[in-house]
Amino acid sequence: MTRLDHDLRAVRERRRALVPYFVAGLTPTWTQYLEAAVQGGADLLEVGVPFSDPMMDGPVIQAAGVRALERGVTLEGVLDELARTALGVPVVIMTYFNVVHYRGLERAAGLLADAGVAGVILPDLSLEESAPWRVAAGARDVATVLMVAPSTPPDRIGRIVATTQGFVYAAARMAVTGRASGDGEADLVVSRVREHGDVPVYVGIGVSAPEQARHAARHADGVIVGSALVQRVLDGESPAELEAHISLFRRAIDEGAREA
Amino acid sequence: MTHVMGVPDAGGHFGDFGGRYVPEALMPACLEVESAFREAWSDPDFVNEFRETLRLFGGRPTPVTPLERLSEHLGLRVFAKREDLAHTGSHKINNVVGQALLTRRMGKRRVIAETGAGQHGVATATAAARLGLDCTVFMGELDTQRQALNVFRMELLGARVVPVTSGSRTLKDAVNEAMREWVTCVDDTHYCLGSVMGPHPFPWMVREFQSIIGTEAAEQLRALGVEEPDLVVACVGGGSNAAGIFAGFADSRADLVGVEAAGGSAVGSGVPGVLHGMRSMILQDDHGQVEEAESISAGLDYPGIGPEHAHLASIGRARYTRAADDEVIDALGLLSRLEGIIPALETAHAVAWLLREAASIPSGSTVLLNLSGRGDKDVAQVRSLLEDRR
Ligand SMILES: Cc1ncc(COP(=O)(O)O)c(C=O)c1O
Repeated sequence: MTRLDHDLRAVRERRRALVPYFVAGLTPTWTQYLEAAVQGGADLLEVGVPFSDPMMDGPVIQAAGVRALERGVTLEGVLDELARTALGVPVVIMTYFNVVHYRGLERAAGLLADAGVAGVILPDLSLEESAPWRVAAGARDVATVLMVAPSTPPDRIGRIVATTQGFVYAAARMAVTGRASGDGEADLVVSRVREHGDVPVYVGIGVSAPEQARHAARHADGVIVGSALVQRVLDGESPAELEAHISLFRRAIDEGAREA
Repeated sequence: MTHVMGVPDAGGHFGDFGGRYVPEALMPACLEVESAFREAWSDPDFVNEFRETLRLFGGRPTPVTPLERLSEHLGLRVFAKREDLAHTGSHKINNVVGQALLTRRMGKRRVIAETGAGQHGVATATAAARLGLDCTVFMGELDTQRQALNVFRMELLGARVVPVTSGSRTLKDAVNEAMREWVTCVDDTHYCLGSVMGPHPFPWMVREFQSIIGTEAAEQLRALGVEEPDLVVACVGGGSNAAGIFAGFADSRADLVGVEAAGGSAVGSGVPGVLHGMRSMILQDDHGQVEEAESISAGLDYPGIGPEHAHLASIGRARYTRAADDEVIDALGLLSRLEGIIPALETAHAVAWLLREAASIPSGSTVLLNLSGRGDKDVAQVRSLLEDRR
């Protein structure tokens, strides 16, 4: 088990996890949003490192990625700033496989580990192609989080659940980030995953309002909120304003847990 | 006998390249396309329907034409495989007929596609109309402006064209957007990818559909008394016309040459990377961000190359070189005047390489040039480029 597995199982003993997502380097003070998120009740932070070709992302995260790249953001720069920021909760990096591949798998795993990053989500790294990366990352105790989609058939879910580390990222709908709203198929995906093991299951993709988070938290172990927060950063909200908004998600998730 | 251009491994790898790097949501769809294609391609009825559709609708077989005046000019024996004479004016029709038939066989009612200059979009819209499929084409907003006539052509054919405003608003962004769309509609929609690129099975499947070029050409050359050409030359964007013609000669002694645009030379200037579902040679900056390709021919404006080409380059079976914009325009003019064939700007890259290198090729060598498309779509652009020169 990785450090992230232990940490997230400990979170599960206490409460449903709230996982805010931010785009690294979007503003000069981007790490302040991470600190605000922790104040607002985050249990884990997902930090997006922009890639030129974000195949899995909708307009909001694309726009944020373009802006961050124009500001000159790089993986090394992001890790440097993360290493200097004391957050008190684990951080996972979400990026595309090329960003890691370009640096060499072992070297990239070392960079992540040295910065204290607990895991990665690489949405375009399929289960089938993931072995070399998982070996390199595992050697440095960097967890590799895999996704399950509404389209994933049962035998694949079994293999993904057996392979993922930290948690399973359950995509609530067949869509890219930030495009759809409504509850999607979150409950269905979560219950399918549960049949294959007791790894924590977090729901993401299209959770944009506290009410949706509350609903998802009735069944899932955690809820990932991305585009809805990134949009607010793009709109110029301050870290304090974000913190207030994130605490609404916190309350909604805790309510959902009580309703379970 | 094992073939140099054979079947990739079970994961879709050609040596170190290829594979399937897609979001989990798309994995089941890729697996479905793979099993449908495997089944269809070993079903004589499907193969027959593919060939007959290309014969009765697609204008096949296309001839091999001896280019006599060019041969005399260069001191070589040059032959052209005339994909410019296929329906819609390029080799793209071979692939789209195959994938449209496969779409129908899978019980899906709709195709989506990406397009750069619009050639693959027009071809897809054409095949979709023929088979009664709905068709949506994603095209970078910049390209919809540069190629407004092709947008209109697609619309005439009943397709919907969606301008892509993300990223650099060109071909690579159109691929991203088509993938994003596919996630939302895999149940009833097939993604008709336009070249030998993307996740497995596309690089293999598209090469198989395009290999009709090489198979026909080998036979036609023999009928003209050429047992085996010394050289086979094709332009390379994603690499589908090159893969199609190489497939007919990879097991021969012919030297295989792919010509990329100087500003889009993934083999020459790229490094291994992962983009659009495949591991291949990709143009990237110092941080692993994908760079823009730049070329006068929109069809070669792609920062990657099909994974099988990356493999053929790495084992030395094919070599990849480049042609610059200026020599391409000259080559287009020369072929037009000497042979009465106006080639597409993409195709003119292969011609330009031959003109440049002819002196170092042993005289009397036999050269097969893949004339991947006709230049009608490019004449307005060529005119303004020539006016700029003056
Ligand atoms: C005439 C012609 N040749 C070549 C290409 C490049 O594609 P590929 O490398 O897949 O053959 C295109 C693409 O639009 C084309 O229109």
